[in-house]
Amino acid sequence: MGQPAPAVLLPDMSAAGEVSLESLRGKVVYVDFWASWCGPCRISFPILEQLRNELGPEGFEVLAINVDEVEADARQFLADVTVSYPVVRDANGTTPLAFGVMGMPTGYLVDRTGVVRVIHQGFRKSDGEPLRASIVELLGE
Amino acid sequence: MKTLTSLLMAVVLCGCETVQPWERGILAKEEMQWQTNVSEAQLRNQIYASKEASSGGAGASGGGCGCN
Repeated sequence: MGQPAPAVLLPDMSAAGEVSLESLRGKVVYVDFWASWCGPCRISFPILEQLRNELGPEGFEVLAINVDEVEADARQFLADVTVSYPVVRDANGTTPLAFGVMGMPTGYLVDRTGVVRVIHQGFRKSDGEPLRASIVELLGE
Repeated sequence: MKTLTSLLMAVVLCGCETVQPWERGILAKEEMQWQTNVSEAQLRNQIYASKEASSGGAGASGGGCGCN
């Protein structure tokens, strides 16, 4: 926290090509590490989608990084829970190691200058509102 | 003999690996669980604790009356 976020350059799961965290510089980005087998991740997706739809025009974006061992599991999850924000895939665990992920899911709220400002571990339904407040605060900077 | 022992130890240690939080997908699969049916396992534990007139050995606390 308070440090620049590690670089992310990973293949997009819904389209050809790659997405980088660098390309989202200037926006407030929620970097979300998730896996299909993780229950709280399933709760977080619709909430993040809603936040992104609401605050996207003001410069908020979600970058979801899938860390499933089996890609088909992740694809099945995405077929059930559709989101409009970019979902990338890290098959060898380089980015969660670089970010120092301690549990699933973990989200890193990165400010407009690329610095990690909030680390969010786990996810409950009631986490949406405080997260929204943090995002709004960072958007206002 | 010493060399052989240390070599064997080294081989055994190679099997130790830390499972990172993001590497638990396969461990989370149903076929990797100790018990496949949670309700059945709870019932069996309840009967076990009751018959043994004790509970706590499996990690839970409480009396041995079978009513906990």
